[in-house]
Amino acid sequence: MTGGTIHTHKPVNWLAEVPEYQGILSWLTSIDHKQLGILYILSAFGFLVVGALMGLTIRLQLMFPMSHVVSQEVYNQIFTMHGTTMVFFVGMPLLFGFAVYLTPLMIGARDMAFPRLNSFGYWVYLFGAIMLFFSFLSGGAPAAGWFAYPPLSEKGYLFNNGQNYWALSLFVTGIGSVATGVNLIVTILTMRAPGMTLKRVPLFVWMILMDGFLVVFSLPALNAALVMILFDRTLNTKFFDATVGGSPLLWQHFFWFFGHPEVYILILPGWGAISEVIPVFSRKLLFGAGVMAASTVAITFLSFGVWVHHMFAAGLGFAPLYIFAVTSLLIAVPTGIKVWSWLATMWGGKLRFTVAMLHAMAFLIQFTIGGLSGVAFAVIPLDWQLTDSYFVVAHFHYVLVGGMLFSLISGVYYWYPKVTGRMMSETLGKWQFWLMVFGFNGTFFVMHILGVLGMPRRVWTYPLGMPGWAELNFFSSCWSFVLVASMLLFLYNLVWSFYHGKIAGPNPWNAWTLEWLADSPPIGENFERVPVVRSRRPLWDLQFGSGGDGEHHA
Amino acid sequence: MHNQSVAPIAKHPLDSNMTMNRNVMGMLLFIGSESMFFLLLILAYVNFHSQYGTGEMAAWHLDVTKTGLFSIALFASSFTLWLSEKAHEKHSGMAIFWMILTIVLGAIFICGQALEYSELISEKLTISRDLFGSTFFTLTGFHGFHVIVGLILLSVALWIMVRGKQGELTEAGLTCVSLYWHFVDVVWVAVFSVVYLWRFVS
Ligand code: HEM
Ligand SMILES: [Cu+2]
Repeated sequence: MTGGTIHTHKPVNWLAEVPEYQGILSWLTSIDHKQLGILYILSAFGFLVVGALMGLTIRLQLMFPMSHVVSQEVYNQIFTMHGTTMVFFVGMPLLFGFAVYLTPLMIGARDMAFPRLNSFGYWVYLFGAIMLFFSFLSGGAPAAGWFAYPPLSEKGYLFNNGQNYWALSLFVTGIGSVATGVNLIVTILTMRAPGMTLKRVPLFVWMILMDGFLVVFSLPALNAALVMILFDRTLNTKFFDATVGGSPLLWQHFFWFFGHPEVYILILPGWGAISEVIPVFSRKLLFGAGVMAASTVAITFLSFGVWVHHMFAAGLGFAPLYIFAVTSLLIAVPTGIKVWSWLATMWGGKLRFTVAMLHAMAFLIQFTIGGLSGVAFAVIPLDWQLTDSYFVVAHFHYVLVGGMLFSLISGVYYWYPKVTGRMMSETLGKWQFWLMVFGFNGTFFVMHILGVLGMPRRVWTYPLGMPGWAELNFFSSCWSFVLVASMLLFLYNLVWSFYHGKIAGPNPWNAWTLEWLADSPPIGENFERVPVVRSRRPLWDLQFGSGGDGEHHA
Repeated sequence: MHNQSVAPIAKHPLDSNMTMNRNVMGMLLFIGSESMFFLLLILAYVNFHSQYGTGEMAAWHLDVTKTGLFSIALFASSFTLWLSEKAHEKHSGMAIFWMILTIVLGAIFICGQALEYSELISEKLTISRDLFGSTFFTLTGFHGFHVIVGLILLSVALWIMVRGKQGELTEAGLTCVSLYWHFVDVVWVAVFSVVYLWRFVS
């Protein structure tokens, strides 16, 4: 048997035919976690296109030395909007989309703990995003970079309204994020199926739980900082105004107290997806699942204690440098353990190289590169040499694109059949995968070298005759077209497969977690009946009686 | 098919593996998040306390006795709210009385804050004057805003107590409102200590 559900209504095997989802109104007024999850993810992909086009504009401007594709002012706005959009309006909704769609299904619940709050979170996010982009019409987008350091972000330097929209928009979105974070934690802690102890939740759910805590306790730091900069700009407060005793450093502390946990907020759901994908396509239990869970807890705590590594060049004196260099090196340990766990899971397994698995493997390599270049910054002399250079740009694109985006795209290929009822095209997927691997590494790998050669980030252009700069920039820009093309191909695959993909059935991958027990697409309240959970792999138990924790064979 | 291992979902109590009420847990997490927010506003104030001398300005401008008296009203309201909860548990009509008293005390505090603000502003001490104005008004202003939100929540609770049928205001609902109110109170303990009392230490 594959599914364990017994139906009172006619089963539906394609998302477009679900009766409850007919008509636009059903989407606008929905409080169903599945619809909201889909809305989140589609919005994120919409903004991904916008953000990618801005990235492409940046690359076009930098393709040749001394070029003038856009003006300096526009360039500043574009890289600020690119960074802000990618972090807050692509990364965050993408992970919330995965989280609110999958969490109830994976723990055998009917919906989130607070369905209305869930819908509040989504609409507030969309409102915030629209507010940010509205700034273009109000006389200019924000232009102080995604972390908006004062004094540049103060009114004396950037006097149009863009920076105000930036602060307001992120503040509003931040409130929605906290609401969703609370919602996810409460859902996981109170709504699990009978027998599903916290030790038996899928690792994805465990990571989402930790993610919830990170969101709930770090976003308020950003919100406090945003209030202050907004008051500085609109009410003439003096928080960050150094001319009358204010402290730009205070902004840096507050922003990065949020900012570092934020990078883990962005990556944890990706780790969660990988931790589901790799075991299923290796036909093995995740190696060291307990260690994986524990190291995630360690990271959650440690991530609140490393923020100063973003400020090593700010002149804080030596004691903070040493302390935060050590904590930053420390946090690399649990992260490294994870990579070994994933590798050990694949080791000796019966690997199935589906497109989901390919993305997971590329993730492992790229994320490791991004992690290693990250550790480099914890070594203070290296940080002083490399900070604010293209090495940094290379580093965070390796973790954000090579890490977060690749792992979540892997998740999309894996769960698409569950969400829509149809399989994604593997042929299109393989093309997309290879284009993306080459496009991504082609665009960003050389940026490491550019950084070492001294090219600063956030420069509008560069002179002729700098050693290697022209060639490497040209190379990077060429590949960026391939990268963006591969993203578009991915979106095309989403649409194509929606109409032409094979009907999937409840459990096309032969996976073991509860969401695969529900119909594809799940309807109504997800499950008519859920099993009493007795191991990490309830579907294995249903099929073979027991052994889901691997005590017999795997 | 292992039918014995399949439970109908409608039957299993969703909070089976956790005794805490969902709404209460949500409120506690929200309060945790809010605590971080206030912590950072307080740290901003502290940062300038000696570095910029906002501490001395506080000593110069603020009337500790007056604000202290209004603060007592706020602290007392936590106590009366507790009494209201106890009475509500026993289905006693006194719950309404204590609830009204709580709201009145909270309102007295807010009036006191309004009074203080208007006096300061008449001395030309505004949010944009200097770092003291900025940190002081931002911190106490956000606290005042939370008090007002709390008053609205309390009023809704009161309204349900008065108008609603027996048992409509659930225990968990009342617990949530009161947790929030106590939190607003505790924040004021911290703010009052830092902004008004610190100067007596040094
Ligand atoms: C479409 C592919 C992308 C391209 C071609 C691209 C290109 C770039 C470039 C060249 C910069 C440096 C601009 C400068 O310093 O002057 C940059 C900055 C940045 N990118 Fe991307 N990027 C892409 C995708 C992404 C994604 C998917 C994310 C995150 C999820 C991201 C996050 C950022 C951030 C946070 C910044 C920093 C902005 C700032 O300096 O304030 N990028 N991008
Ligand atoms: Cu960091």
